[in-house]
Amino acid sequence: MIEATLPGARRRPRLASVRRFVGTSWLNLIGVTIVGLVVFVAIFGPWITPKSPTNIDLLQRLQPPSLHHLFGTDDFGRDIFSRVLAGARISLEVAAVILLSSVAVGTLLGIVSAMVGGLVDEIIMRTTDLFLAFPALILAAAIAATLGPSLTHTMLALSTVYWPWYARLARGQVLSLREREFVLAARVSGASTSRIVFRHLLRNVFPLLIIQASLDVGYAILFTSSLSFLGLGAQPPAPEWGAMMTDARAFLRDYWWYPTFPGLALAFTVLGFNLLGDGLRDWLDPRLRGSLGGV
Amino acid sequence: MGRLILRRLVFMVFVLWGVTLITFFLARVAPGDPARLIAGPHANAAALANIRRIYGLDKPLTTQYVRYMTDLAHGNLGQSFVTRRSVVTDLADYFPGTVELAVSALLVGSILGLLVGVASAMRRNSAVDVGGRFLAIAGLSMPAFWLAMLFQLLFYSRLGWFPFGGRLATGVVAPPHVTGLYTVDSLLAGQWSTFVDAVRHLVLPVATLSLAEIGLMARIVRTSMLEVLGEDYVRTARAKGLSGSRVLFRHSLRNALLPAVTVLGLEVGLLAGGVFLVETIFAWPGLGRYAYDAIRASDYNATMGVTLLIALVYVGMNLLVDLVYLFLDPRIRYT
Repeated sequence: MIEATLPGARRRPRLASVRRFVGTSWLNLIGVTIVGLVVFVAIFGPWITPKSPTNIDLLQRLQPPSLHHLFGTDDFGRDIFSRVLAGARISLEVAAVILLSSVAVGTLLGIVSAMVGGLVDEIIMRTTDLFLAFPALILAAAIAATLGPSLTHTMLALSTVYWPWYARLARGQVLSLREREFVLAARVSGASTSRIVFRHLLRNVFPLLIIQASLDVGYAILFTSSLSFLGLGAQPPAPEWGAMMTDARAFLRDYWWYPTFPGLALAFTVLGFNLLGDGLRDWLDPRLRGSLGGV
Repeated sequence: MGRLILRRLVFMVFVLWGVTLITFFLARVAPGDPARLIAGPHANAAALANIRRIYGLDKPLTTQYVRYMTDLAHGNLGQSFVTRRSVVTDLADYFPGTVELAVSALLVGSILGLLVGVASAMRRNSAVDVGGRFLAIAGLSMPAFWLAMLFQLLFYSRLGWFPFGGRLATGVVAPPHVTGLYTVDSLLAGQWSTFVDAVRHLVLPVATLSLAEIGLMARIVRTSMLEVLGEDYVRTARAKGLSGSRVLFRHSLRNALLPAVTVLGLEVGLLAGGVFLVETIFAWPGLGRYAYDAIRASDYNATMGVTLLIALVYVGMNLLVDLVYLFLDPRIRYT
């Protein structure tokens, strides 16, 4: 059976490639460093947090930053530094679930749309048009509010917002790939449609989807925290950055460290992923322009 | 071209119908009980049943939807369960506030984003470019709600330069209603001090909202400027010995601005999300805050009305952008 892969589709991350990528621009270096740090904290957080992120100590409430509490303490006397570190894991896990589910559903529907065509294609594409015609955060907030405030529902709401982008991307790719010689060759040699999809098309569509997903990680984290901030996502006492900032609002005037550090962690993380995604896009595929984020 | 416009208009109607469908059924499966909301926590079963009957909440979902659509066709969006006023009246009250905020942010964001994008492209790979790109990505990465809080902390609590929130200071009477935009109305009425107060109230929310707009615009303008600068006609213009500014304004920028027009549609989407968060924090009486309150209180009619209006503005803006694009780019017009 003939198999083919477009150049770059089988590229494996090698140290030399990473070095070349980082060497291309200062912004790539900053992006890789921030993302590396956040991923490290998310994985090893429980072992490096100095205190329990949920441990209440009312005698220590609203203490300013000090050597004992690097980012100070909140109104329950909890160590903000430990809570910020614990928040990294929540944000990355949530973003991973949102993007994995959106990519899976979007790719599946995009491929079905391109391969079946006709009425099915029309229905799927008009449905994506409908979802894309809605400002993302408003739709996600409406869904999250309908389902009831929780982090799981936030993930579901944001997946609902993101999948149409991947469906369109996958459909576009499959439409152009299915006319390529290697697919025609597979078809001529008697391969079934499912074999063509799984063995030939999917592996060529994935690199593009991965680039797009890397561009969207930052925004998925930002949207999750925005919904938590509005009271529609993570609920207390979860150390989620957006939820921490909601709690901090009442103390804004006299206790600057309370809202500042969780927000800084969030801004820093989103910036890192956006720099990395942007750099990756330029580096791997200069033709791919524009981002989905924030819209 | 006429057929293209017609197709877009038909699509717009389809999208708006889809929006009513999604929001209606989403709102109806929400866990909150609107009858309880209207009747109050101490109402008995008979009172609740009575309210369900009056508002048609005891009818099957499809019947409720048909009734809603019939009312909608007559310009009636129902009554808000919370404010006890017609949703249309509520929206008319809150809409100008959001327009004033959003248009200001769009103007500031687009102009500054354009400048950053052009500067970045003109000095590619220089410190200006790296700085400009960093600023653009940072603008898109900043959590609006965090930035809003930091601005309040710094410019209200510490420095006292700008007010904490709202559209006008307590005690300042709103200018006579003409457009609903306090800055414009106060100027029309010659109330200079009210104008200054309205502008002071706009500064922090607009600064918060426009950062992301700057980021989005700067990125697109940079990319399209780089493409245009590599074109043969720009090289020819340079080879003819034209001055740098003439090459920039007459040959490059005019063409590079085309994609920037399409970004305006995306910017409105970005603004809708931003307004939602920023109005909540700055206690700005606008659609975002109204939507937030409506969603939190399970206020069906208000939620549907406000989302429908936001979708209408968003889709309408994108249609307008497409038409402007058609007008600007003859290649699309004649295909």
